[in-house]
Amino acid sequence: MPTIFIDDKPYEVKAGKNLLEACLSLGLDLPYFCWHPALGSVGACRQCAVSVYKDGDDQNGRLVMGCMEGVRDGLHLSITDKNSRGFRKQVIEWLMTNHPHDCPVCDEGGSCHLQDMTVMTGHDYRRFRYKKRTYKNQYLGPFIYHEMNRCIQCYRCVRFYRDYAGGEDLNVFAAHNHVYFGREKDGVLESPFSGNLAEVCPTGVFTDKMLREHYTRKWDLTMAPSICTHCSLGCNITAGERYGELRSISNRYNGEVNGYFLCDRGRFGYDFVNSENRVTKPLLRNRVGEAVDEKALMDHLKTLFATNRFMGIGSPRASVESNFALMELVGKDYFFSGMSENENLHTKLIVKILQNGFLHSASLRDVQQADAVLILGEDVWNSAPMLALSVRQAILKSAAREALEHTPLPEWHDAAVKELVQEERGYLANITVAGSELDSLADEALHAPPDEIARLGYAIAHIIDPESPAVKNADEQTLSRAAEIAARLQKAKRVVVISGTSACNEPLIKAANNIAMALNQADRKADITYVTQDSNSMGLGMMQAFGLDKAIERSEREENLSLIILEIDIYRTLPANIADKFLSRFKHIIVLDHLHNLTTGKAHVLIPSASFAEADGTLVNNEGRAQSFFQVFVPASPFVKEAWRWLYAIKGLQAPAVNGAEPHPDMILGLLEKVLPEFAGISKVSPPHDFRINGQRIPREPKRYSGRTAMLANIAVSEPRPAQDEDSPLSYTMEGFDGIPPSSLIPFFWSPGWNSIQSVNKYQQETGGPLKGGDPGVRLFKAVNKNKTYFEHIPHPFSTKPDHLLLLPQFHLFGSGEMSMYSKPIAEFAPDSYAALSAKDAEQMGLKDGSMITINIGEKNIALPVAVHRAICRGILLLPAGLSESMGAGWGTWTKINYNGQS
Amino acid sequence: MERPLTEHIHPDRPPFNLKEYEAVGGYAAVRMALKEWSPKQLQQAVQESNLKGRGGAGFNTGLKWSFVPMDDSAAQTKYVIANADEMEPGTFKDRLLLEGSPHQLIEGMILAAFAIQANTSYIFLRFAYKKAASILRQSLQEAYEAGYLGKNILGTGFNLDMHLHTGVGRYMCGEETALLNALEGKRATPRAKPPFPQVSGLYGKPTIVNNVETFCCVPHIVNKGAAWFRSLSKSEDAGTKLYGVSGKVNRPGIWELPMGVTVRELLEEHAGGMKKGLGFKGALPGGASTDFLTSEHLDVKMDFKSVAEAGSRLGTGTMIVLDDATCPVGFVHNLQHFFAQESCGWCTPCREGLPWVEKILLSLENGEGREEDLDLLRMHTNLLGPGKTFCALAPGAMEPLESALKYFGDDFRKHIQQKKCPYHN
Repeated sequence: MPTIFIDDKPYEVKAGKNLLEACLSLGLDLPYFCWHPALGSVGACRQCAVSVYKDGDDQNGRLVMGCMEGVRDGLHLSITDKNSRGFRKQVIEWLMTNHPHDCPVCDEGGSCHLQDMTVMTGHDYRRFRYKKRTYKNQYLGPFIYHEMNRCIQCYRCVRFYRDYAGGEDLNVFAAHNHVYFGREKDGVLESPFSGNLAEVCPTGVFTDKMLREHYTRKWDLTMAPSICTHCSLGCNITAGERYGELRSISNRYNGEVNGYFLCDRGRFGYDFVNSENRVTKPLLRNRVGEAVDEKALMDHLKTLFATNRFMGIGSPRASVESNFALMELVGKDYFFSGMSENENLHTKLIVKILQNGFLHSASLRDVQQADAVLILGEDVWNSAPMLALSVRQAILKSAAREALEHTPLPEWHDAAVKELVQEERGYLANITVAGSELDSLADEALHAPPDEIARLGYAIAHIIDPESPAVKNADEQTLSRAAEIAARLQKAKRVVVISGTSACNEPLIKAANNIAMALNQADRKADITYVTQDSNSMGLGMMQAFGLDKAIERSEREENLSLIILEIDIYRTLPANIADKFLSRFKHIIVLDHLHNLTTGKAHVLIPSASFAEADGTLVNNEGRAQSFFQVFVPASPFVKEAWRWLYAIKGLQAPAVNGAEPHPDMILGLLEKVLPEFAGISKVSPPHDFRINGQRIPREPKRYSGRTAMLANIAVSEPRPAQDEDSPLSYTMEGFDGIPPSSLIPFFWSPGWNSIQSVNKYQQETGGPLKGGDPGVRLFKAVNKNKTYFEHIPHPFSTKPDHLLLLPQFHLFGSGEMSMYSKPIAEFAPDSYAALSAKDAEQMGLKDGSMITINIGEKNIALPVAVHRAICRGILLLPAGLSESMGAGWGTWTKINYNGQS
Repeated sequence: MERPLTEHIHPDRPPFNLKEYEAVGGYAAVRMALKEWSPKQLQQAVQESNLKGRGGAGFNTGLKWSFVPMDDSAAQTKYVIANADEMEPGTFKDRLLLEGSPHQLIEGMILAAFAIQANTSYIFLRFAYKKAASILRQSLQEAYEAGYLGKNILGTGFNLDMHLHTGVGRYMCGEETALLNALEGKRATPRAKPPFPQVSGLYGKPTIVNNVETFCCVPHIVNKGAAWFRSLSKSEDAGTKLYGVSGKVNRPGIWELPMGVTVRELLEEHAGGMKKGLGFKGALPGGASTDFLTSEHLDVKMDFKSVAEAGSRLGTGTMIVLDDATCPVGFVHNLQHFFAQESCGWCTPCREGLPWVEKILLSLENGEGREEDLDLLRMHTNLLGPGKTFCALAPGAMEPLESALKYFGDDFRKHIQQKKCPYHN
C-alpha cells in the first residue's frame, strides 16, 4: 500500500485510487461534484482541487484536481493550503454566479450537495452583479421534476443516464454557459432508472416528483432501513414517512446488492401503503356491524381455532417471520406456499440447486464483475431491472478491465477508459422467449420457446463438459449455436449464468445449473443467478411447502377444514372458478392482508396486516441473502399490525405465548433456525431488538428534525410522547446514538456537513466499497464446491399443436407488480392488455394487430386484442403478467384460442 | 531568401493542380521516402530538422511522432490528422496554404502517415473555409487518381486513405483532443491528458494531429534535408515561418520569412508601418490568445524562445496590432466575448469565469466599472491559468487580458475614474 502525505501526515492508501477517493476514504472532507464513485472521474467541475508538492520541502506546490491524479508512494499534498482552498472557494463562486437563490423553495434544500459543498468551501459573499442566465424547464414525465436554472453543469446526469444506464433520450445540448441538460423536447423520460437522477444530480435540477406531490423536507422525514418489495432482488431502500403517510423511497447503499441505484418501480411504487384501499379494521363478515374491535375479533378467533382444523396459505410477498408464524400456527403439514404449482416447484428447485452449494449464487456486485454473461430464458429487464443494469455494467466494464491490463491508465479515468474501449464489450448471450431491452447489448440475442432454450442450454453444457448429458437428436442449428456460445464462455474468466422462474420451465432452470457447473473450473469462476417472482419467494421456497395445487388436493381429500390466508390474492394465480370452488370447501376463511382484493372479499374474518413500511421483518432475496426491513412508522389504525404479530397472538389464544413474552423478529428467527436448520444464520441478519449502543437506541429522525412540536401545533404545542418500539433497536425520536450504526440499522445517511445522500461515503470502508462493518444481509446459501451433479432432464424439441398455443407471461417493469400498480404514475405506464403471437401464427389465423381473440381462463372467456410480436416463435401466446385480464392464467400450459372465422 | 512553403503560391492564379505541382518537384518526397526510407528514418529526419509545431505550442514534431508506439505488439490502426480548423482570431496563415498549395499539405500528410504507419488520415477543416474545401476535394481526387492515396501507394504496399472533414465552426475544435471528439461525432469537449493522442487518440488509437503549416514543411525537409531546413532560420528554431500582421497598419498581410525575424522588421518592413496618424501601442504576436508585446519589445525575435522570454508566445505567428487610437479595454472585451462564446462549457472556471470577465469589461466600457472590478479581473487572470482549467482555452484567453492589465492599466483605471471610455467622446 502506498503512503501519501496529506498536510504532512502520512496515510496508507489503496493503490490505483485517485487523490479524491483517497481523501474521502480516509474520512477527510474534500468537495466535489462531477466525480461519482459509480461513474468515475472526468475532471470537469474543478471542485476537488488540491495542492501537490514535489517533495516534503516544496512550499509552492501546484494545483491538481484530486479526482484526476492517482495516488503514488511518497506523494505530498495539501487540502488545507491557501491556494487550493482559495481555488475551491472560487469554483463555488463561479457556480453560484448563475445558480438561483431559491433554496427555500427548492425541493433539494436541506439535502443538497451543492449547499453542503458551498458551506464546506466557505464561499459566502456574492461579487457577481450581473444578470443570471435562465433556461426553460421541460416536462419529463410523472417521476422527475426539471428545474434547469439550478444546474451547475457537472454532467453527472447524462453520464449516469446515458453511459451507465443506457438511456438515450436525455442529453446535453448547446455550449459555453448555455449548456443544457434535458430531452430534445418535452416528454416522459424513457429509462426505467430515471429516478436515480434525483440522487445523482448534486442540486435541484432533477427532483423526485412524487415526493413533490406531498412534499416534506428530507430532514422532517421519519426514516427506517427497508427492503424493496417489488421484485426478488431485495434492493436496500430508505423509506421516509411524515403525518402517517409514506412519502419517499431513496437509495440505501448496499455494496453487494443495489449499490447506488434503484429502478423506478422500486423508487416510485410505494403508494399502495397510502392507498384508500387499505384494510384498516378487522371485519367479521355476515353479521351486523362487521367492523369489530380487537377483543371481539380475538374472542371470535379463539372459538374458531379451538374447534376447527386450519390450513394455512403462505405468501412469497410476506416476510419470513410471518410465513413461519403461519406455519407454526397451522402446523407444517397444513402449511402451503401460496405459489402456483409451477412457481412452487421451480422455486424449490432453485433452492435445492443453491443449497447444494456447488455454485455460488451471485450478488449484483458479483454480476458486475463478470466478463461474460449468459441469460437463459429470463427477461431480466422486466422481471429484475437492477439485475439488467448490473449485466450492463458487467458487459461494459469487463472490456475496460481487459484493456487496462495493457495500459497504465487507471480505472477511474472514465472518459479515457471509454475512449480506449470504444465499442468493445464483454460477452453477453441473451436468450429469451420474447426478446428484451438487453438484446441491443448482446453478442447473441436469440428468441426461442422455453424447451428449445433448455435444449440449447443442455447442449452448451455438454460441449463444455461432456459429463453433462448430451442432447439427443439435436438439430444442426442448435449444435452450432451451442458450440459458438460455449466457445465464448470458455474464453471468459468470470461467468455468470442467469435464469429464473418467469419462463415457467423446469428444464431451463436445470440447464442453467449444468452450464454454470460445467464452466466452473480451477481457472474460471462461474456463478449462477436465479430470478424469482417476489420479494420473499426464496425465503418461502426454503420452507419447502407444497403449492396451491396440493392445497386444493388436500381440501378435496379432507373434510371440514378451515383456511387462513397470509397476504396473498390467490385469484391472481388461480382461475376464478377454481379459486371459488377451492374457497367454498372451507368452513371458515381468515385472510390477513394490507389491501382489499378478490381474496379478502371472500374472507369471513379479515385482519389488517401491516405493509413493509409499518412492519419489521426479514426477506430472502434471489441471491439467498436474508435482509431486515424495519418499521418506518406506527400506522394510525391500532389494528394494522405485522401479520406475524397477529398470528402469534392467535396461537397464544390456545397456548401461552412463546416464552411468555411478546414475540420479536429476532426471537422468531431464532425459533425458525431450530425448526428449519436450512435457515441457519438468519438470526444474525440484524442486531437483536434489545441491541443498544452505549445504552442508546438508533434514532429514526435526523438531528435536524424540526417538526416535533410544530406537527400538531394546531391542537397543542406540547410534544406528544413518541411511539415506542419494542421490536428493534430503532427509536421514533431524534435522540439517541449519533454515530454510524451497524450497517443493517442505518435509518438514513447523514454526517455533519453532509446533508445530502452523498454522505454515504462517510459510512463506507472506502468510496464505492462495503459499508463499515460489512454490507447488510446474511447469505443463507454457502458455496462448498462439491456435489457436482448434472441434471439429465432434457425436454423434447418444441413442436406446435393445432389450434393451441403455449401460454407464457410477458413481464412488464411497469404493470406486472401487484403493489406498484397502486402508484398512479406506474399504472399510467402499464400496457393495455393484449395477446401477443408470432407473425406466422397471426398470418395463418388471419389475424392482425388489434384483431380480437378469445382465450379461456378457468371457465371464463377473455377477449383480448392481438399484438403481432416480431421476436417470438410460432406456437407461443404471450399475455402481460399481472394485469387483471391475465389473472389466473395457466402459465406454461397449452391454451386453445378462439378467433373469427374459426368454427 | 528561400520561401519553400509559398514559392508556388500566387494570389493571381489558382493553386497548382497535381500535374503542375509535380512539375515543380511535388510528390518527389513521397516517391523517394516511401520507397527508400524506413518510417523510423523519416521520423528521425523530421526530428533532426528541429521542426516545431506551427499550431502554436511549438513542440518538436519529430519527437511528437516518436511517441507513437511502433513495435509489432502496438495497435495496428493509427491515424494522422491535419488540424485545419484555423479559428484563432487574427490568424489566416493556414488558409493561404490550403487555398494556395493543397498538394503540399497532402504530400506532407502522406509522409507523416508513412512515418507512423497510419492508414487513415483526416483533414479537419474550418467550417468557414468553403473555398479551401472545394480545392481540397479536387486535390484529394487527383491524388487518389495518381496513386498517391489509396491502396498500395506507388507499388510500395503502403495504404493510406485521406478524408476531408468540415467542422461546424467551433473554436474549441482547434484543441487537438476536442477535435478528436468532434471527429468521432461527440461533443467537442477536450480530453484529459494523459493519455496523449499519440497513444490513445481517434477512436482510442494512436493518432498524431499536426497543424497545416507543420505538415507543409515535411516534404521540403525530406527533399533537402534537416540541415538545410535548420539553415533557413535566423534563430535556433528551424525553417521559415508564415508571419501575418493585421490591424491598422499600411499593408496588412502574410509573408513567409526566416524563423526569427524581429517584430520591428515584420511591422515596418513587411507591413509598412502604422497607418498615418496612428501610433503603435502593442501587439498580440501570435493570435488572440497570446500576451501583448509593446514598443519595448520591437526587437524581439519572432521565434518560440525569444517571444516566451519577452513574456508572450509565438503562437501562430500572426500578429494583431493595437494602435493608440483604439481602446485596449474595448479591444480585450471583443476578444473575451469571443472566448466566452467559444468555451465548450465543460469545466467550471472557463464556462462561468469567461462570461464574468466579459461582463466586467463591458461594464468598464459602458462607464459602469468599479474599483473592485480590477481585482476581479486579476483574480480571473490568476485562477483561469494553466492547470486550473481543463484545457488551454481559458488560460489563452487570459493572456491578452493579463498583459493588457499590466501594460495598459492606466486605460482601465481611466474607464473607472471617468465613468466612460476615454477613447469615445
